[in-house]
Amino acid sequence: MESTLQPDNNFGSRLTNLINANRQAFLTVLALIVILLVNRIISPDFFSIEIVEGRFFGSLIDILNRGAPVILLSIGMTLVIATEGIDLSVGAVIAICGAVAAVLVSTTDIHPIIAILISIFAGVLCGLWNGVLVAFFNIQPIVATLILMVAGRGIAQMITEGQIAIFNNEILSFVGTGIILGIPFPIYLFLFVLLAVYFIVRRTALGLMIESVGANDRASYYAGINATLIKLLVYVFSGVCAALAGLILTADIKGADANNAGLWLELDAILAVVIGGTSLSGGRFYLGLSVIGALIIQSVETGILLSGLPPTFNLIVKATVILAVLLLQSDILRQHLLNLFFRNGKKS
Amino acid sequence: MKSRIFPLLITFAVFMLIYLIGFQRFPAFGTTRVIANFLTDKAFLGVTAVGMTFVIISGGIDLSVGSVIAFTGVACALMIEGLGVHPLIAFGVVLVLGAVFGGTMGGIIHYLQIPPFIVTLAGMFLARGAAFVLTEASVPIEHEFYAQVSETFYRFPDKGKVTVIAGIFVLVMILGMIIAHFTRFGRNVYAMGGDSTSALLLGVPVARTTIGVYMFSSVLATLAGIVYSLYTRSGYPLAAVGLELDAIAAVVVGGTLLTGGVGFVAGTFVGVMIQGVIQTYITFDGTLNSWWTKIVIGFLLFVFIALQKVLSGQKNIFDMFKR
Repeated sequence: MESTLQPDNNFGSRLTNLINANRQAFLTVLALIVILLVNRIISPDFFSIEIVEGRFFGSLIDILNRGAPVILLSIGMTLVIATEGIDLSVGAVIAICGAVAAVLVSTTDIHPIIAILISIFAGVLCGLWNGVLVAFFNIQPIVATLILMVAGRGIAQMITEGQIAIFNNEILSFVGTGIILGIPFPIYLFLFVLLAVYFIVRRTALGLMIESVGANDRASYYAGINATLIKLLVYVFSGVCAALAGLILTADIKGADANNAGLWLELDAILAVVIGGTSLSGGRFYLGLSVIGALIIQSVETGILLSGLPPTFNLIVKATVILAVLLLQSDILRQHLLNLFFRNGKKS
Repeated sequence: MKSRIFPLLITFAVFMLIYLIGFQRFPAFGTTRVIANFLTDKAFLGVTAVGMTFVIISGGIDLSVGSVIAFTGVACALMIEGLGVHPLIAFGVVLVLGAVFGGTMGGIIHYLQIPPFIVTLAGMFLARGAAFVLTEASVPIEHEFYAQVSETFYRFPDKGKVTVIAGIFVLVMILGMIIAHFTRFGRNVYAMGGDSTSALLLGVPVARTTIGVYMFSSVLATLAGIVYSLYTRSGYPLAAVGLELDAIAAVVVGGTLLTGGVGFVAGTFVGVMIQGVIQTYITFDGTLNSWWTKIVIGFLLFVFIALQKVLSGQKNIFDMFKR
C-alpha cells in the first residue's frame, strides 16, 4: 500500500517515515531478508542464478517455484481471513482437485485442458460449499470449513479409488514443470493470480468492501454492502486458488495422492497470512505481505535443505523461526522489552 | 437449559441409531466384546477429546495434541528401551514435560495475545519435530511392565475385555465431568468461553485459567500418548497424525459449541463412541472402504452443526431469504 511521503527529499528521513508508517511491512520484509542472508551464509552460491539448457537455475528460482502452491493458497486465504473467516479445507480441496484432474486424464479421453477446467470447477464447488455454509447459514468459518477438511480427503480417496492415480500427459504436467522463457510455469501462474487479484481488489471498491465486511459485517450490510455475496465470493476464490495449487502439485509428481497431496498446506497458508500481518480477526489485509510470508516459510525450508541438516530437524527449525517472527511482530512483547531496557527512561 | 441438553440427547440418539443398525446387520454388535473394544480402541482419542472439550469451551483450540501424543510415545519408548528407565518414572517425566509445554502455550496465548490457533499450530510443529529428532523409526517397547498391563483386564462372562487403557479412558471422562461441573476451575472455563471480557470484569482469573486449560489439554494429550504407547507397545514419530481433527470432530458432534461457553464432557464421550461405532461397522461390513469413515464423520459434523444452528434459535435458517 502507498504510504504518505513527506515532501522533503532527504532519503534518510523519507526512509524513516516509510518504516514508521509500515512497521509491519518493514518487519516482515526484514525477516525475509535475514532468512535469505542466513541461507547465503549456509550456502555461498545461494544468490547465484545460472542458465542451463535454456532455463534459469538457482536457489532463488527454486524458492519461487516450490513456494508457488502455498503462495497461491495464501492469496486466497488472505481474502478469506480479511472477512474474519478462515478456510481450513484448502489442503483437502488440493487433494480433491488433483485427484479429479489425474483421474480424468488417466482414465478418459477428455482433452487435458478440459480436465484442468473441470478440476478448477471442482475447486469452485468446494469453495461454494464452504461459502454457502458461512455466508447463508452463518456457521462459524472454522467449523464450516472443518467439515470439508475432514470429509475432503475421503472424497479424494473415493475419486482415486484409494490408489495413487498416475498419469502421463504432457499438457497436464506442464502446469507443474513447464518452462516459459527459462522460468518455471508455476511462477507465472502465481504472479498472474497475484496481479489480477491486486488490481481487482485495489483498483475497485471490492477490497474496501472485503475489509469492511471483516471489520463489521452487520454495519457493512446497513451501509449497503452485500456482505453475504462478498463472503461467498472469497470462499469460492479460495477454492479456485486451492484447485490451482492442487494442479501444480499433481502435475509436478505426475500423480494424485489423495492422502498426502497438500497435507497441512492450509496451516502453512494461514501462517503465511498471519506472518504478513493480516489479523485473524479480519479487516485490513495485505496481499503482498502474505506472499512474502509464504516466501519466508519456503526460504526456511529451502535453507534447511541446503544446510545439509538432517531432514528430521525440518519441523523444529520451521516452528522456531515462525515463533521468532511472530514474537518479533508482537507489539506487547516489544513494549515489555522496551520497559525492561529503558525502565526509568523514555516511555513510548 | 433444556435446549442445551437437547443436542446431547440428539447425539446419543444418533449413536443408538447407528449402533442398532449395526446390531441388526451384525448380531455380534450386541456382545460385550465389541462394546468393550470401542473403549479400548478409542481410549487415546477419548482422553485427548476430554482436554479438547475444555479448551473449546474456553473459546480456544488446541492443534498440538496429535503431535504431543507422538512425542510422548517416542520419548517413553526411548527412555524405557534406551535408558532402561522404569515405565512409571518415564510416564512421570513426560507428564511433567507435557504440563510445561501446555502451560507455555497458554502463557504465550494470554500474555502476548497471539491467537490460540497459531500458537498451538507452532506447538504442533514443535512437538512433531521433536519426536522426529529423537528417532525416525518405530521403537518397540518390550518392558515386562507393558506385558503386565496388557494382561490386566476385567473379563465379562462372554469374553468381553475391559482393559487397563479402557479403564483410564472412563476414569478421565468421569474426572473431566467432575472438573467441568463441580470445581471453580470448570466454572471459570465456562465463564471465560462465554465472554472473556465480562469474565475478567467479574473477577475470573483469566490468565491462570487460560494457562491452566492449555496445560490440562497437553497433560491429557500426554496421558493419551501413554495410553497409545500401551496400546501399540511402541513409539512412532508419525503416530496420531491428524488426531486433533478427530478430537475436534468428537467434541463438536458431542454438542459443544466452537464459539465457547457451552458444552458437555459427556457429549464428547458419545461423540468419541460414535466414531468408534462407525469404524467398527465399516470393519464388520468389509466391502466399505476406509474413506467412508472420513466422509460419514464429515457428514455427521455437518448435520450436528446445522442442528445446533437451528436449536440455538437466534437465527432461523430461512432468515437468509429475508436478508
